[in-house]
Order: sequence, then C-alpha cells, then structure tokens
Amino acid sequence: MISASLTKEFEAVVGKENVFTSEPERQAYSYDSAVLDPVTPSLVVRPTNSEELGKVIALCNENNCPITVRGAGTNLSGGTIPDKRNGIVILTNGLNKILEINEEDLYAVVQPGVVTAKFAQEVAKRGLFYPPDPGSQAVSTIGGNVAENAGGLRGLKYGVTKDYVMGLDFFDVNGQLVKTGSRTVKCVTGYNLAGLMAASEGTLGVFNEIILKLTPPPAASKAMMAVFDDVNKASEAVAAIIAAHVVPCTLEFMDQAALKHVEAYTKAGLPVEAAAILLIEVDGHPGQVADEAAVVEKCLTKAGATAVHVAKDAEEKFKLWEARRNALPALARAKPTTVLEDATVPRSQIPAMVAAINDIAKKYDLAIGTFGHAGDGNLHPTILCDRRDEKEFHRVEEAVDEIFDVALSLKGTLSGEHGIGMAKSKWMEKETSRATIDYSLNMKRAIDPNNILNPGKIIAG
Amino acid sequence: MSADLTKLAKLLQELDDQMVACMKCGMCQAVCPVFSETMRESDVTRGKIALLERLAAEMIKDAEGVQEALNRCLLCGSCGANCPSGVQISDIFIKARNIVNEYMGLSPVKKAILRGMVGNPKLFNMLLDFGSKFQNLMTSKASEAQGTRKAPLLEPFIGNRHFNPVAKKSLHAKYGTIDTPAGKSGLRVLFFPGCVADKMYTNMGEACLKVFKHHGVGVWMPATQACCGIPALSAGDKTAYDKMVKYNAEIFAEGEYDYIVAPCGSCISTIMKYWPKYGKEYPADVQKKIEKIAAKAMDINEFLVDVLGVKPEGDAPKGGKKVTFHDSCHLKKGLGVAEQPRDLIRMNNNYELVEMDEADRCCGCGGTFTLYHYDLSKKIGGRKRNNIIDSGAQVVSTGCPACMMQMNDMLSQNYDDVEVKHSIELYAETL
Repeated sequence: MISASLTKEFEAVVGKENVFTSEPERQAYSYDSAVLDPVTPSLVVRPTNSEELGKVIALCNENNCPITVRGAGTNLSGGTIPDKRNGIVILTNGLNKILEINEEDLYAVVQPGVVTAKFAQEVAKRGLFYPPDPGSQAVSTIGGNVAENAGGLRGLKYGVTKDYVMGLDFFDVNGQLVKTGSRTVKCVTGYNLAGLMAASEGTLGVFNEIILKLTPPPAASKAMMAVFDDVNKASEAVAAIIAAHVVPCTLEFMDQAALKHVEAYTKAGLPVEAAAILLIEVDGHPGQVADEAAVVEKCLTKAGATAVHVAKDAEEKFKLWEARRNALPALARAKPTTVLEDATVPRSQIPAMVAAINDIAKKYDLAIGTFGHAGDGNLHPTILCDRRDEKEFHRVEEAVDEIFDVALSLKGTLSGEHGIGMAKSKWMEKETSRATIDYSLNMKRAIDPNNILNPGKIIAG
Repeated sequence: MSADLTKLAKLLQELDDQMVACMKCGMCQAVCPVFSETMRESDVTRGKIALLERLAAEMIKDAEGVQEALNRCLLCGSCGANCPSGVQISDIFIKARNIVNEYMGLSPVKKAILRGMVGNPKLFNMLLDFGSKFQNLMTSKASEAQGTRKAPLLEPFIGNRHFNPVAKKSLHAKYGTIDTPAGKSGLRVLFFPGCVADKMYTNMGEACLKVFKHHGVGVWMPATQACCGIPALSAGDKTAYDKMVKYNAEIFAEGEYDYIVAPCGSCISTIMKYWPKYGKEYPADVQKKIEKIAAKAMDINEFLVDVLGVKPEGDAPKGGKKVTFHDSCHLKKGLGVAEQPRDLIRMNNNYELVEMDEADRCCGCGGTFTLYHYDLSKKIGGRKRNNIIDSGAQVVSTGCPACMMQMNDMLSQNYDDVEVKHSIELYAETL
C-alpha cells in the first residue's frame, strides 16, 4: 500500500483530481489487451505537463515505487500491467498535445499521449503523411507506439514506428530530462538513444516529447485480391512480386480457416474453398501505380492464382478490403477468448509457418485462424478459445510455446510488433543468447538501479 | 467478503457468458462520449466490464463504487456499434444496473421520479398540467431562438439548465383519445407521441397528426397511454419499468392498427426491442401480446419514407435556410434509421441540408443521465453544440425529443441563434 502522506505528495504535484485512489478506479488499470492475470496498481497518477511528469517520476524513484506508463492500454503482451510491488500507473492521456507540425521541414513534435489516428488525421489535413498504422491506431498513443515499436499494414514499404522517430526527450529515473536526436534529417550527435528507446517498453525512461518524421502522401493507389488453392503458390507470388522489384504498400494474407470465419460473419461471398488469399495494394505516382499493378497482376497469375480481382474504383477497393478489416472481428466473435499472436518469419518461410500452425492446431485440438502481413512475414495466428476452460487454455499455452519454437527454427522472431512484455520474456534467451540478456540487464541496472521502470518486462531475469 | 456481496456476485455471474466476450481490446475508447471528456478507464466500457467481472468474482469490495461507474454511461450504444467482438454491451449494462440497484437500492430521488411519478401516468399528467399553469412564476425567459426558460430559484434542483416550458395543454389533454379510420393510404397507426411530445413539444406532436391526416393515415391515440418505460429500465428500476410496460400492453392489445408509430427513436427501440427482451418472466399471455405489439413498432421517419413512399425527387434543394441533422443514438445505432429523416428534410425546398462533423455522436442527454451527471452531460453537449455551430446551420434537426431538449439547452446557454426542430416538423411545413 502507498502511505497517505505519499499520496498527498503526488496530489500536491498533479492535483487531487489527477490521483486515483479508489478501489474501482485502480482496478480499472490492472489489465491491458493481453490475456494475462491482472495486477491492481496501488495508485494511478495523471500528470498534465512535463514538469509534473518529471516530478512524479522522481517521487516514485525516491520512494521505490515501480512505474508503469500507460497510454490506451492496448498492449498485447502485458507491457502495461503494473508491478505487484506497490506499482504506480502513470497515465499519459493528460499529455496529449500535438506541439508542432512543420510542413517545411517535414517533422512533427508531439506529447506521448497523442492518439495515433488523430495525429495521422491532423497531418493529413496539412497534405502530409504519417504512415505507421497499427491495428489499434484509433485509440493507441504515439508514446505507446514508440515504446513498443508498433508496426501495421504498411510496414513492408514504409517501415514501422522506429523509422519515423527522429528524436525524443525522456525523463530518467531521477526526473532529469535526457535529449536525443534532432529536427534534422541527419544527426550523429551522441549515442542513438532514440533508437534504443524504440521497443524499450517503458523500461529505460519515460517519454516527454517525440519528434516524428513526416512524408508526402502517395498520389494514387490500386488494390487487388488474389485467390490461391495452395499456400505455397501464394507465397511464391509474394516472392515473385518482390523479385520483380515492386514493393506494395500492403501485402496481406489470410488462410482458409480465417476466411471461413470472416465469411460466416460477413456473408460477403468470399472464396472459402481457397487455401489462401492475398490482398495487395500498390501506391505512388499514378503512372508508377499503373505499371506496378500490371506487374503484380502478372506475378499473381504466373504463380498460379485461380482468380485475381482488381478494384476499379474507391468503392470496389473498400469492398475488397472488407475481408481483411473483418478478420479480427470475425475471429473474435467465434469464441469468447481471442489469443492473438505475432510470431514472424522471413517471408519465404510463410508456407512452412502456416503448415506448422495448422499441424499445431490439430495436435492440440484448437481452432486457429491465421491472417497477417505476408510482405514482411509477420503472421497473426489467432487462437480461438474460452479462457474459463482450464484444460483447453493449458493446451493453448502449449500451442503458443510450440508456435514460438517453430518460428525460431525458421530463423524468425518471437514478436513482429506486439512486444515481449511479460508474456514472452521467458523466451528471450532462446532467440538471443545469455550474453544478450546479461548485457541488457547490466544496462538496465546502471540506468535504473532501483528497478522501478516497468520491472518484469522484456528482461525479467 | 460479506455474505451480501457474495449474493450480489452470484447474481452478476449470470452475465458472465456475455462479459467474457470482451477481449479488452479497448477500441471503445475511440467512441465513448463519456470517456472522451473524463479520460478515465472506469468510465469506458472496457473498464466497466472489467469492474463488473471483478464484482462477480468477489475481487472487489467497493460495490457502491462499481454502481457509480455503471451509472456514468449514456447507454448511447456507440461502443456496441463499434465493438470488434460484438459484445452485447447495452444489454449487459441494463441487466447489471437492475441487478446492482435491486441489491444496493435505488437512490431516493430516482425512486420518487420513476416509481412515484413517471410510473403513475395519471399522477404524472396531473402534476404536469398543474405545473404548466404556474411555471411562469418560477421561471424567466432564457433565449428567443430556442424558446427556452431558466429558473435561478430552482438551481439547487435542476442546475442552471435552460429548458422549454411544459405545454399549456398537453396533447392528450387537448385532443383526448383520437380514433380515426384509415384514409386513402389504407393504413391506420397507433400514434405513440412519447412523454416529451405529449407534454412539452406539442407542436411537434401536432405536426405528426398533420402529416398522418395529409397522407390519409388513420390514427388511434389512446389518451390513457403511459411512458414506454425506458427511463426506468435504463436507470435500473425494473419494478417501475414492468408496471409501465404491462399497463401499456393491456391498452395496445385492444385496438386495430397496422403500425405503432412514434416521433422518438428511444420509444420505438424500447417497444420494438426491450419490451419482448426484458419481459421473459411475464405471464405467457402478456408476452404474446407484447410480441404482437413489438412487431408493429416503427419510427415515424421510416414509416413515411419506407412505407408511404415519401421521397424527394431530383437534386437536393439549395440556397434555403441551412439545416443540419443530428443522428440520435437510438434512431441510428438502435434502429438503423439515418437516411429517412434526411429525405424528409430534403422534401422542404426552403431548407438546404448541410452535414455537421460527428453527426452521429451522442448529444450527452442519455435520458436520465443528464439528471444525475449534468456537468458531464453539458461537456458532451458542448461538443455537439460546437459541431452544430461550425456547420453554419441556422436550424438543427433530429429525430428524438430528448436530443431536442439537450440541444436547446446547450444552444440557449451559448446564446446561439439556432433553432431546434424535429424532422417531422420540417416536413409538415410543406403540407
């Protein structure tokens, strides 16, 4: 428990209305989107400016209270679940200002609590483009996106969140401001701490302001859907497209199990007999788009697609994407609990990975639908279950373990975009090495001697 | 854990199958009007469901805190309409409010209003008829455009809200029971004006009658009809709700009519969806009556456009008074009626329809929500007011009398020169 006097000290910093102490209010911050056990924080604090944020962090460190910074709480690996030892949740939604959008120098400066989609919208209003589009963008925050190095559908061509972080400043455990990067395209001043902070999951510092890179938007785009009777052919098509030097802005994959669920939900007339479908969109200058679309179509046909549908206009494009948009909703409705994984493999290994996932589903008698980003090998095997059924959920845990095993054996990675958090930290050493864990722990100990910055995440021990 | 909480927990466990569908993705944060003002997780759907789960699992002691969180919801249905896993949120919250209130007791004020007054149609009518004669003594004019009044003397009870006066003569007092045969349309409707059109916006109620007459639609309006019950149900007072539903069902089961039509999305949603859903324990014959009645319920905009075939021809009128349309939650998210009222507005050449931003975002009224959380309701309403003003419209139209009250209050408090009109009023002007 936090003492009454310490609570008062927090109230003195951020105001009484921004310190939540009641049992229901604290319990509402005990979980995120991961299927993990909740942990109730002892206090929830909402700073509304930089000065307050710095003071709150220093106060936590002085009193040895672990901090978990929380944006929208949409994390899928437990990164925003607070610590059992007097954990304090710091909310960033009081720090949600876009401070600057610079149209000449193509950058923006934002506070960590800015909602991703709102930011992208503001940028678009000025005729510019912020490409990272994680699935939770309607609510997720930029701070959370940077802390998790969030990806999205556009990763293949445009990269992920870290590729847009030009610089940032963050508070160390003593509440002192650390600056890294700049508003310039080139900057080699000091360590690339901004790079280190991306995907640090709140374990190395607390973001104050973030400088993001903007780009001009593509002028045109074209979308198409290809149907395959064999997952291998779909994968060959992906390889052929890349080999033909076309980089689509999105290249999405859905397997038969996922298709069947989506069709059951939408009744949109999807090809449920297909082994897999690919949804592809190319963008850029209109001339380039026309050329690239033709190349893609050729690659698809050559690889053995049984059908290719090219969207003629915006309305058809919207319809084409309906299957993908409904993938998660359809899967989520099928069973009470949805375990959404993101094991990622080199893109040539997609057929092997999909085959392995289907074998695992059979072996553990589970329903698994797979969709995801074929262009970058980032698949989302989605396990449909009921967490109240203990026996079944035990099988789910075993299946997840095996999915990771396969992904690693295919030279892939534990997580493409959901983060390690608490859910996957036990696997870290298997993918990396003991030396990697020790190196990280040494760094963490030097930066955060009391281990108050989101302890238990990434490198649990 | 006290024995009491264990019992409450047991009752809440019946919701477990529905609550477990929530995967805690948090997408409700994007659309919840209450959350967007307070930014507190306990105010958003995901948080409320988590708290109910905790209460059901006896992991939380502060049941009153959960009750309070549960009450901070407009039941606007925005989250449900956007929920990726299709969680039946309104249903969970309505049931949970009833369970929790049954257990913890309803606040005395709510009890007095819902059981003593609204649940007692004769007394309700008498009190308002009486009040209408004396209201000018207590109130003063607030704004011309909205025809609102304010009542500084009553501020401790009703806050500083601006409201439209209760009509000198309610619809039922003026007309008594209306009973006319089907005309050229060959159709006859049971007209359910709803409390607000009956007692406050009687002009709007009369506009409905004018429209029925014009189209040769026979009308049955029993003077004895009572409130549809939604205020009681959403406040978690099933006892008062049951009383109103059964009372109305007895009356409505008697007459001959093709549709039940109301100028209020909330009343129609309630009759169509809630009456059969929340009456599963009624005697079989009552349930049968209710099913028959519910199947005939239809919003008035939908009735005019989809049944009578009222539809504008050619290009939408331009150059007239600018009007914008607010989609009330129960009408659009509840009944899927959004284009029909716009069609009716386009029938009037004196108006040009312009869309506001976030036309289907809740106005913040939420029925009785505004009575208990006026400050919050005002903040949410302020955003609606800004969107109306930014649209440049001189008139804001909607299909729900409760939204009309809220928008009148918000616009009046800002001294905006914008009128509030029901879509049926704009259409009736052309006849």
